[in-house]
Amino acid sequence: MNAFSATDLDSANKRREHAFRLLFGAMTALLILPVLLILGMLVWKGHSIFSFEFFFTNPRNGMTEGGIFPALIGTLYLVTVALFASVPLGVAAAVYLSEYAPDNLLTRLINLAIINLAGVPSIVHALFGVGAFVLFFNFGTSILAASLTLAVMTLPVVIVATRESLQAVPQAFREASWSLGATRWQTIRRIVLPNSVSGILTGVILEVSRTVGETAPIMFTGATFYVAFLPTSVFDQTMAMSYHLYTITTQVPGVPEALPFGVALTLIAIVLALNSVSIAFRMILRGRKKW
Amino acid sequence: MVEADEERTTSKLCVDGLTIRYGETVALKDISLEVRPNEIFGIIGPANSGKTSFLRAINRMDEMTEGMHVSGRIDLDGEDVRTWRNVYALRRRIGVVFPLPVGLPLSIFDNVALSPRLRGINDRAKLEEIVERCLRRAALWDEVADRLDSLGSLLSGGQQQRLTIARSLSQEPDLLLLDEFSIAVDPVTTMRIEDILKELREEMTIILVTNLVQQARRLADRTAFFLKGDLVEVGKTEDLFTRRVRDRRTTDYLEGRFG
Repeated sequence: MNAFSATDLDSANKRREHAFRLLFGAMTALLILPVLLILGMLVWKGHSIFSFEFFFTNPRNGMTEGGIFPALIGTLYLVTVALFASVPLGVAAAVYLSEYAPDNLLTRLINLAIINLAGVPSIVHALFGVGAFVLFFNFGTSILAASLTLAVMTLPVVIVATRESLQAVPQAFREASWSLGATRWQTIRRIVLPNSVSGILTGVILEVSRTVGETAPIMFTGATFYVAFLPTSVFDQTMAMSYHLYTITTQVPGVPEALPFGVALTLIAIVLALNSVSIAFRMILRGRKKW
Repeated sequence: MVEADEERTTSKLCVDGLTIRYGETVALKDISLEVRPNEIFGIIGPANSGKTSFLRAINRMDEMTEGMHVSGRIDLDGEDVRTWRNVYALRRRIGVVFPLPVGLPLSIFDNVALSPRLRGINDRAKLEEIVERCLRRAALWDEVADRLDSLGSLLSGGQQQRLTIARSLSQEPDLLLLDEFSIAVDPVTTMRIEDILKELREEMTIILVTNLVQQARRLADRTAFFLKGDLVEVGKTEDLFTRRVRDRRTTDYLEGRFG
């Protein structure tokens, strides 16, 4: 036996190494499996319905035939209006919290509140939306009320993502800028924001992809079972993909099997497409090292 | 240690009873000294002596630092810096060079043009003139003249430090603060920067915090020795090194017995 031959301890470690590697690998496979199964199932059962008619016409014959056009457009409306509400508000709040707010009890409470807001179940947000936007502000059940409810729900995501990308900008840059005589705002505009915009966009896109799939917050605040016309203002009610899927699977008898699968597949495709854009952003961000 | 009243008016910077605290911790205890116009004023001392805090108090960076509290008086050209209404105008007069080079994540051109732009200079020709002049004075022009559009934050350490100096010069400061500028810089660049500082002395007052005793000896007209928040000694640099000092701790430090 020389200094390089394996001892009993070495071989035991080697066995353990193999075992843990296998264990962690299996866990990962277990995670990926459901995703693949769901996707496979959706494609298998839903692809046959895809046609021009499916994407670009109204539902017909008591929702059992026809397409999803108004729901698709409705979702687009809801998400866009929600973005216009949540992005300016969320980014501004994050800039304040990261760049201006002193580190005191109040700030810490606000941060805690934001984290807790992210943990509130979406049905509670829905009820809040009914109380605040539908009734109190008297928007009625409308795109505006539904979008604002979605915005409130996704605000924490925007704030946290923005704050984190702001704080990824080294403090030394701020100090250098301040000592040149720049104000906080000049520093934010010229140094901090330009270097965190990719991270903020990533957060925004993640928010969008979440908004697309939400059902509970919109079902009492603005989404409707069926409208023959596309919405013309933010005070109209609208159909939406997620709510449409919910109604045709639970409320309508005699829907052909492929229809809900087709709707679900479309919904997931939108979410995955948005997430891919977000991932692409992050890759560009990593590739372009700036310090 | 303010020498005489008539010298108060001729001093560039007059510090009286300056105490700096971070919460309960005292970083600098009741410091009084003066810096004369167009001199290089060296500050030496081991780590945690309050050297950096001293510099931060001069351009009121304490206001941007959580928990940093400054009391006492710092007069710049006879005027208490605390009473300056416009802190941004004050900071524009004071150039700062940090221990670790900070090339901002902007192009080399924009790094140097940032301060003029903050002052409202937007004329391209004027900016180009300022950028070239400052880069030349910082001995960086020849190395970057053909790539002013590339990122300043990706230059080498030595180049970034000269970029930082060029950026400070673009402020047209009359006071330049250097905080251990050579710790992340190679010896050749250090020597080049030291030469630059000797030239700059003609136009501005320089406060040089350094952990290299010999650097203070090479450059500083007068030198102060800070130790654990106390100003132990201040006087002509040559006196310090020819042992005409009053305090035993100074000789111990200079001869490398601690620190």
